[in-house]
Amino acid sequence: MQKFMTTMEAVRNDSPTVPPSTVTTELPAVKSTGKTTIDSKKHQTVGDVTASNPVFTVRDCNVYYGEKQALQNVNLDIGRNEVVALIGPSGCGKSTFIRCLNRMNDTIDSARVSGEIKLYGEDIYARDMDVVLLRARVGMVFQKPNPFPKSIYENVAYGPRLHGLSSNRAELDEIVRDSLERAGLWNEVKDRLDDPGTGLSGGQQQRLCIARTIAVNPEVILMDEPCSALDPIATAHIEDLIDELTENYAIAIVTHSMQQAARVSQRTAYFHLGKLIEVDATNKVFTNPGHKLTEDYVTGRFG
Amino acid sequence: MESEQFSRHISKRFNEELEGLRTQVLRMGGMVENQLGNAVEAITTGDSEMGLRVASQDHKVNALEVAIDEECSRVLATRGPAAADLRLVVAVIKVITDLERVGDEAQKIGYLASRLASEQQPHDNYSELRALGEHVQTMLHDTLDAFSRLDSDDALMVVEEDKLVDEAYDQITRQCISLMMEDSRTIRRFMDVTWVARALERIGDHAKNIAEYVIYLVHGRDIRHLKLEQVKEEISG
Repeated sequence: MQKFMTTMEAVRNDSPTVPPSTVTTELPAVKSTGKTTIDSKKHQTVGDVTASNPVFTVRDCNVYYGEKQALQNVNLDIGRNEVVALIGPSGCGKSTFIRCLNRMNDTIDSARVSGEIKLYGEDIYARDMDVVLLRARVGMVFQKPNPFPKSIYENVAYGPRLHGLSSNRAELDEIVRDSLERAGLWNEVKDRLDDPGTGLSGGQQQRLCIARTIAVNPEVILMDEPCSALDPIATAHIEDLIDELTENYAIAIVTHSMQQAARVSQRTAYFHLGKLIEVDATNKVFTNPGHKLTEDYVTGRFG
Repeated sequence: MESEQFSRHISKRFNEELEGLRTQVLRMGGMVENQLGNAVEAITTGDSEMGLRVASQDHKVNALEVAIDEECSRVLATRGPAAADLRLVVAVIKVITDLERVGDEAQKIGYLASRLASEQQPHDNYSELRALGEHVQTMLHDTLDAFSRLDSDDALMVVEEDKLVDEAYDQITRQCISLMMEDSRTIRRFMDVTWVARALERIGDHAKNIAEYVIYLVHGRDIRHLKLEQVKEEISG
């Protein structure tokens, strides 16, 4: 049952049924964020929450699960061509935060989201926002690799085919090949594209899921602990891949490995009890953080 | 920044390792201070034996440097320290390099003391060298103290002190030159005196370097090669 649920979640996430004409393959022009103001009274975050070239701008984001408030007044930009690492102890709100960015919280009945979350200046919680299209533009990779119970080829081809990104088999083949190459998996699977995706190793499955995500040309990739189930070699592969993906995408990654956050990201955001405590250049956060809570966390001290 | 902050890790073993590093550095510092004190004493009292003893003890300082260096590598490899912990390990690696050099200078002074002892002892017993020696001893002591208490104000004072050491060194050199010009038979002796002054001046520089690492450790700001006003701005800003 659990397996079925994750598969369904992935299907909902990655295989939107949208008319081809609405799929944007080019990045829209960046709109000015000059108008969005940050309420300084509520804004308790140390460091600079803005990015020079924002893809996502989040202002005053609050999330409740029933009575419980999971996020409090979070302001954060995610910039183009950058990796933002979200760190913090379990239950601090970091996963909740990235799940807001492609409206995954919609799938939880008790969840309530308020505040302003804009993707290239466009309110993603607006009434007329097509959630299915949104999830194609904002792809997600999960902690456990969750390939569809289909062939390797079909895993990657599924999204582009449903989006009508190709008009014939040759084009689809090209998309599949290109996505697998960019995910660093092509050489390992090119001779067995018809084998089931679930037969790959854990690390390969995770790269397959990344290939599946990038096959539909997203603008942002969200990663929720993508390496926590992988060995160090597979982890290194994924981290290299994240580096390369930065050329084309904005990436937000949730990780419990501080070393990983330090290695892959340019900016690091530290969450604590639903609040965004500090955001700054990763180098700064790991050598000389501005907030004591951040310092305690990155150095492994009692909070 | 308080020193007990290195004992608040979730991992007790990590606390002990960092505390161990700090203790070892202070031990090495004490050893070097002692060497320097004896070397200066040997010069001013014309004690050849003491000078040679200082020179023969330097290997202990070297061994301690190697041991601390190894421990630092181990901590870096196994703990992946971050923030203040990382700065502590980096600062320790740098501090012990300077301490080891202070040890080398003390060794040099020891040798020079034994050579000078065979010459005629001046009636003022090299009072300028004693004054300079005491000055850099104080600096070394204060900088180690600032390291142990993570006191950046005291460290900054040591940085400022270095200018006085340089002035005193210039004065001794000038004095030596004029004495050598007066009587060329004293050249050999006053050359040695200049070398001692030079060694002491270098020790002042090392003490200053260590003080700069303390400021890095406390504030996370690298203040090397900055003017004093810039340093103060960096620290307050």
